Amino acid sequence: MGVEQKLGNMGVVTTSLEGMVNWSRTNAMWPMLFGLACCAIEMMSAQASDYDMSRFGMELMRASPRQSDLMIVAGRVSKKMGPVLRRLYDQMPEPKWVIAMGDCASCGGVFNNYAIYQGVDEVVPVDVYVAGCPPRPEALIHGVLTVYEKVKGETFKQYAEKYK
Amino acid sequence: MDKRLEPIVKDIQEKFSATFDEFRDEVHVMVAPEQIVDVLTLLRDEHKFELLSALTASDYFPQVAPRFHVIYQLSSLEKNITLQIRVPVNGSSPKVPTVTRVYKVANWRERELFDMFGIECEGHPDPRRILMPEDTEGHPLRKDFPLGYEEPQFTFNFDEIDLRKPYAKE
Amino acid sequence: MSQIEEVNVDQFKHLVSERALTGETMLLNMGPQHPSTHGVLRLLLELDGEIVVNCIPDIGFLHTGIEKNMEAKTYQKAEVMTDRLDYMNTMGNNLSYIMAVEKLVDLDVPPRAQALRVILVELQRIASHLVWLGTSGLDLGAMSMFLYCFREREQILDIFELVSGQRMMTTYIRPGGVWRDVPVEFEKAVRDFIKIFPKRIDEYESLLTKNPLFVDRMVDIGYLSKETALSYGVTGPVLRASGVNWDLRKARPYMGYEQYDFNVPTRTEGDTYARYVVRIDELRESLKIVEQALNKLPMGLVHSQNRKFVPPPRSEIGTSMEALIHHFKLWTEGFPAPKNSVYSAIESPRGELGMYLEGDGGPKPHRIHLRTPSFDNLGVIPEIVKGHLVADLVAILASIDIVLGDIDR
Ligand code: SF4
Repeated sequence: MGVEQKLGNMGVVTTSLEGMVNWSRTNAMWPMLFGLACCAIEMMSAQASDYDMSRFGMELMRASPRQSDLMIVAGRVSKKMGPVLRRLYDQMPEPKWVIAMGDCASCGGVFNNYAIYQGVDEVVPVDVYVAGCPPRPEALIHGVLTVYEKVKGETFKQYAEKYK
Repeated sequence: MDKRLEPIVKDIQEKFSATFDEFRDEVHVMVAPEQIVDVLTLLRDEHKFELLSALTASDYFPQVAPRFHVIYQLSSLEKNITLQIRVPVNGSSPKVPTVTRVYKVANWRERELFDMFGIECEGHPDPRRILMPEDTEGHPLRKDFPLGYEEPQFTFNFDEIDLRKPYAKE
Repeated sequence: MSQIEEVNVDQFKHLVSERALTGETMLLNMGPQHPSTHGVLRLLLELDGEIVVNCIPDIGFLHTGIEKNMEAKTYQKAEVMTDRLDYMNTMGNNLSYIMAVEKLVDLDVPPRAQALRVILVELQRIASHLVWLGTSGLDLGAMSMFLYCFREREQILDIFELVSGQRMMTTYIRPGGVWRDVPVEFEKAVRDFIKIFPKRIDEYESLLTKNPLFVDRMVDIGYLSKETALSYGVTGPVLRASGVNWDLRKARPYMGYEQYDFNVPTRTEGDTYARYVVRIDELRESLKIVEQALNKLPMGLVHSQNRKFVPPPRSEIGTSMEALIHHFKLWTEGFPAPKNSVYSAIESPRGELGMYLEGDGGPKPHRIHLRTPSFDNLGVIPEIVKGHLVADLVAILASIDIVLGDIDR
């Protein structure tokens, strides 16, 4: 974990509370097990043996929104699914983040028609967009790490403003 | 035409005064809407067409009579042949009798027919929409239903579209 | 955005038993977000204790409007949509669509392209069955199956990436042939796979086939009779597990399947376990086909020489005016197809994947209907889950092998 080098001889680490909280948030981020379409298969690949997302503290996919803090919208969101997605998002406890995985979730992708939301950002606020149709598992992992970067940069002041 | 299909087509022609045409070894038989249940029953019971492979329609929009063709694609496993039955339907209040009593698979397929084309199946046991939300207006696969194309966002028009894009709130 | 509609029992009066109206049985909603529905499927269950009395599937949460969108594109451009239809079987979807186009415009396919198509489609069938095996193992509590199956699947996806540059959405099969010839490494990659895979199947079988926990949850669950299956239009492994020997690869051979020697596994029990056994046997048969096709792989061209439909190679464009015109016309206008209709079907990993294609004389299809196997296979669920426990419903759903993209289109 890299803590050992910082421990010195005294067994004490000094850090800011913000840094500590953000560090623990990134290293145990539980994504919601929520596949929509083709991208979900790549999300499963990212979880499976070859790519193994658990290297980043994400081996635990939760089926319940109440227990998860990262929503990976993996696939296209239809007009019928939109309200359901929004409700799931509302059920997730704060703080929460959203990754739009794939072109469909980001901007509608190849489906520019009556049935699909042209981007899931019309339904829920999105933090990170991952491009590709489907994105490779590496790309998804990169997207997750980008969320980590974002989380690490957050401050208490921002939280306070956000949840006022 | 396939040798095995000849007697069957002839049989339908004699009993229901149907017409047929052929394209790339496929036979399309035209029958009137009132006759479809009898035709399918005959085909299933006497000519061993056990499987209703597909049930769909095609919209010839500006044309009114007939505006739609309802298509029944049948397969016979025993004889290994296929046959297509087409039923012309008029544009104003399109209706066909349901064939759920002949093939159970028609239940969902006819719900889809109603959902996508607005063709009602008279006597259907469960006439609800199947794919679209219940409160949708119109029937998407009709030719006069718009595709719903939205202008894609590129670098040159990014700001303009960004302004009117309905972003979700927290 | 529309709201989630509140459900009340009156809406489903004609579908539930009378006991639900008095409140004696309970209506329970399962999905659309549920880990074992394999996607966004919603099932409305009427339960008496833990016994399923009625099951009302609600689909359409992934309705993509693929059919309408394809009608707005030229024949070549519409092909990318088919990949996204049944995303476990992308090569098969391409093949089915392209076969319909080829039939409509009467286009020939050289033998090498046919053999390549067979190899890739069979590899795709293996990959699809592996995903099924992994996820249904997961549903029944065999977590490690998922990891093993995805290991082999990655190997197949690497082969796809080798030939097409994409892991899943390959669009490799094109009108009149394939996109381009396979690279030299292709043969070795496939041979490597053929070499290790039989051992891997044995490994899966040693984990599951005789595992008492697994067998107990599968045997005599979800019985489907032959007559019900046919009447509901069920095809594919589910039909074959009910004792009907019907495989389009044998019945109406396409792409030269008649040259290859393979069996069609069938079982007569018609229960969940039979479906499992049929699919495991199909893994072996598909591997046999891949091996034979690779051994016989003829040399020669991989696309048809009919320049009205197939674009000329790059090298010709620089030297021949005619080639340049063809290239330009094909990519700006597309090719016209006759004003008539065809229906062509292939055997996908889930059953009969048919395409009804109707031209209107122009470069865009007038109507395309996708006859997808999962749609009809799911339709039989309400019939076969009656009287089973909710936990068995999960096993039955897994054994039908549904793909929601295939159902909702
Ligand atoms: S981005 Fe591509 S792979 Fe992902 S859901 Fe959309 S069509 Fe499927």
